[in-house]
Amino acid sequence: MIELDDVSYGYGSGTLLTGLSLTLAPGSFHFLTGPSGAGKTTLMKLCYGELIATHGAVRLFGQDAGAMTRDDVAMIRRRVGVVHQDCQFLDHMSLAENVALPLTVSGRAVDTGELSELLKWVGLDAQAGAHPPELSGGERQRAALARAVIMSPEVILADEPTGNVDWEMSLRLLTLLVELNRMGKTVLIATHDMHLIRSAKAQVQARVLRISNQRLHSAGADL
Amino acid sequence: MLSKTLHFLGGDAQADRVVPPTGFTARLTVFAAAAMAFLTVFALALSLATGRLADRWGAELGKSSTIRVSAPEEQLDAQVLAVMEVLVTTPGVKDARPLSDEEQAALLEPWFGPDLPFDTLPIPRLIEVIEDAEGYDADGLRARLAGEAPGAVLDDHARWREPLVNAARRLRALGLLSILLIAATTGVMITLAASAALNANAQVIRVLRLVGARDAYIARAFVRRYTLRALAGAGVGTLLGMGAVAALPAADAAGGFLTGLGFRGLHWLWPLTIPPLAAVVAFAATRNAAITTLKERS
Ligand SMILES: Nc1ncnc2c1ncn2[C@@H]1O[C@H](COP(=O)(O)OP(=O)(O)O)[C@@H](O)[C@H]1O
Ligand SMILES: [Mg+2]
Repeated sequence: MIELDDVSYGYGSGTLLTGLSLTLAPGSFHFLTGPSGAGKTTLMKLCYGELIATHGAVRLFGQDAGAMTRDDVAMIRRRVGVVHQDCQFLDHMSLAENVALPLTVSGRAVDTGELSELLKWVGLDAQAGAHPPELSGGERQRAALARAVIMSPEVILADEPTGNVDWEMSLRLLTLLVELNRMGKTVLIATHDMHLIRSAKAQVQARVLRISNQRLHSAGADL
Repeated sequence: MLSKTLHFLGGDAQADRVVPPTGFTARLTVFAAAAMAFLTVFALALSLATGRLADRWGAELGKSSTIRVSAPEEQLDAQVLAVMEVLVTTPGVKDARPLSDEEQAALLEPWFGPDLPFDTLPIPRLIEVIEDAEGYDADGLRARLAGEAPGAVLDDHARWREPLVNAARRLRALGLLSILLIAATTGVMITLAASAALNANAQVIRVLRLVGARDAYIARAFVRRYTLRALAGAGVGTLLGMGAVAALPAADAAGGFLTGLGFRGLHWLWPLTIPPLAAVVAFAATRNAAITTLKERS
């Protein structure tokens, strides 16, 4: 699905990531960890075409990311559900409309039954009519997750999805992601929360990757 | 094409909603479109009226001219005869006729009074020439007259008519130029308004891109708005402009140059093309602004 082959990336002149190779196979579950500023978000952006590798090859669904047009990138976004670290929404639209936005922009009809079921699944059915600025951090994270999965994407990339929520909510979000993985979705979660990774290991077969010193290491054994 | 246009204008309400409403630029755009349409109605009325004037002056005054024959008494009749012969064989001349002594006396009376001693004065003879629809070649006729009747002078009114007709034509051209300038200004204003809106909505564009919106989709949300605003504004402006033209004082009473300023008959349909044209200008301007901005922001 998503393959990185000897990829390097740097903002401006410096190098942030180097010699990265990674394959997200269908149905796999990965954690991506590492200190703040290590480049987790940057690696995720490489995985959905927001950034283009300065060296090496990134293939998204077999397509060379470096050769994609903006329309190609838009099509990739419809196949990769992304929960962004900063959860941006359209503040003038209701929560339900925001969650349905990927369908709207791709010209698909919104099935209100399915939409309310999805909102119920993330526990936001009561807030469907609320506007994003009225939501709490955890509610925004869950809304972002619902928006990421509404197109039934094959891959879900979640960047610090439990970044600003309490432990109970973290576990709830993790459970939702594990459920999606059980339905066959490929999942990659960036987090620096080791507790979260440990609780996940009890539920799912997950690989843990760690970024340090600009490189990607497999960290499965030491957890 | 038409169904595509209607589909575009009818649009997808949901798609429109993804861009937040912008009350201020919306009102400015509508107002600018209305003002520009109002001005266009007047520029159009001016162009059509001066065009009519130029045509009428050109046609009416061009139909008749005079040949003046002055020669010593004994040669006069011979030269008049020679001129008449030349005229008969001149293409474009429908009719030619020497004025009788009475007619000439009537023409001169206002200047010299009724007691002019006609027989004793060396008064030139006048020949009235009526041309047909095509008209004759004045320079060619002059050349032939110089050969056949050296005392004949062709006065074809052109010398004093031409500047008037030219002025009217120039005025019509200026009117049309004004319309083009107004259209260009409208395009510039809408480009500025749309660019401002696109920049103010950078965050919205970012979110739309993150969820997989294509540039064409994002552009359309803006383009549709500005096109509809320009259409609505220009519609109001055009109606007000047409009302103002219709309310001009009656043409005959004003007289002179103002005769006929305004629209006549089917010409009233012309201003109705302004709102659709304004919409086309807005469409092109916004599309261009959107595509440029989206390209820069990638
Ligand atoms: N757009 C950017 N321009 C320049 N530097 C950036 C940009 N985004 C991130 N960085 C820098 O790259 C480094 C890695 O950032 P990031 O990938 O967000 O790390 P993480 O998600 O692991 O905390 C940080 O030092 C950050 O300051
Ligand atoms: Mg990050």
